Amino acid sequence: MPERIAVLGGVYSNSLALEAACRDALSRGAEALYCLGDLGAFGPYPERVFPLLEQYRVTTIQGNYEESLASGRADCNCGYTDPRDNHFAQISYDYTSRNTSSAAKRWMGTLPGTLRLEFAGRRVLLAHGSPRRINEFLWQSTSPAPFLSRLLDEHRADLLLVTHTGLHWHRRLPGGRDVVNVGVVGRPPNNGRTDVYYTLLTARDGVKVEFVPVAYDAERLARDMRAEKLPEEFIETILTGWWTTCLEILPAKERAAGKF
Amino acid sequence: MTESPLQSFPSVPLLALDTLWFQVAGTICNLRCTHCFIACSPENHSHEMLTLQTVRRYLQEGEELGVREYYFTGGEPFMNRELFPILEATLRLGPATVLTNGLFLDAQRCARLKELESDSEYSLDLRISVDGWGPEDHDRIRGEGTFDRTMAGVRRLWEAGLNPVLTVTELAEGIASPSGRERFLEQLRRLGISKPRLKVLSLFRMGAEQRRERGYHPWERLEAGTTVDAEKLQCGSGRMVTSRGVYVCPILIDFSAAQMGQTLRQTLRPFALAYPACYTCHVQGVTCRT
Repeated sequence: MPERIAVLGGVYSNSLALEAACRDALSRGAEALYCLGDLGAFGPYPERVFPLLEQYRVTTIQGNYEESLASGRADCNCGYTDPRDNHFAQISYDYTSRNTSSAAKRWMGTLPGTLRLEFAGRRVLLAHGSPRRINEFLWQSTSPAPFLSRLLDEHRADLLLVTHTGLHWHRRLPGGRDVVNVGVVGRPPNNGRTDVYYTLLTARDGVKVEFVPVAYDAERLARDMRAEKLPEEFIETILTGWWTTCLEILPAKERAAGKF
Repeated sequence: MTESPLQSFPSVPLLALDTLWFQVAGTICNLRCTHCFIACSPENHSHEMLTLQTVRRYLQEGEELGVREYYFTGGEPFMNRELFPILEATLRLGPATVLTNGLFLDAQRCARLKELESDSEYSLDLRISVDGWGPEDHDRIRGEGTFDRTMAGVRRLWEAGLNPVLTVTELAEGIASPSGRERFLEQLRRLGISKPRLKVLSLFRMGAEQRRERGYHPWERLEAGTTVDAEKLQCGSGRMVTSRGVYVCPILIDFSAAQMGQTLRQTLRPFALAYPACYTCHVQGVTCRT
């Protein structure tokens, strides 16, 4: 039974940050690594992610990207509603789809949608968006405790781990259960810094939750993105740490915290 | 046994009670907009104002049922004298959104709203209703001088540190198109709002709108056997509380058969999409949520 595990959210083709996060997690004594899906999107060269997942033995579940690519959908099914968000989402998806082999897409279809573990005596449930919908956004300011308690009851879990929003947070519920959005390693959390975040869970007096910042070569990623002619808006986010696209989906509080 | 006429319409299960609406100002409004689907006005008392005490009772039931988000509409919510304590109680439990015409947003109310927002770990959103890009359409629907006064309220909110969502009906030709939206967003940027937010809403051909343009055609109904997506429809994940009880959704509160019970628990069952407005939601993929 491991005493420390690392959980990574959306990779978004950022293989440089993925490798930095995996190394960092191992150096901190993580005994098992998990990824909650969305391997592609946003960044360059999607196929550079797969060998790293193998090398670092990262157990991976499906995000909406994997589900969409595997099933041949025309869009990412990200769950955006505003045309401005969908415009940039489509650019990412088309690029990722063009640069992902059919063998990789078939493999994505074999990944599980959710995963259950036992950790620190807790029933842990890993999901991409939420346990009930792969593309549901669980934001901190719109996921109140009563609602999360209901989700945990319905899905028989004590600790729920999700990603999909790009912003990490932790809410301890009455009764001592927990919901953690593990954040993403693909891009910074809209805070004006270039570091990305993953989540470290330690079995100590229950579960200790830590969000770990990871520095990586963002300049190099930006060069790779330019070489692949990805939008300047995406490159700006990588270099400044401020989100420039897909902002309309943000709730009021999260929107107010960013620059745009 | 006689067959219920409702059985010939497709039915939507309540997947989960995620969204709880409050008709907090009833059907009472300072305006009498000519497209209002429930014909709100200063004299329309079909649904009365909700009291803090009533709202508290439903908030408690909502908490027990694990509601995710709360919406407040009317009528004009700011005409309810208990709106601020109501919002304060709500924001302890979860995120809140208020739908308003923006005419009551003086500096003092904006500052109080900002205070409520800052004190809560949850989001507080204001949604301001606008028709068209300027006074030409807006004032014709809502009354002389209202566009400028509404936009002044929007600006005061922004200056107080709140960033409202502007909701625009499809009444103005082309407003939902990319260029129509961009023109509107640009207008907000010129007001100094650097992060403009916009939602385009469909019109429902009932209430005052029925007299302004037209009602529904007889064929604008959902037929039995139509596949409906409960995840996309508001009635698949929400309910509406008014002074008369709990309704299936915010749109159908003028129909007594759309009142499903007096407590939230009594309404956790499927609903037959028997109304022409259901056709609008289904065909246009309307959700009243932001």
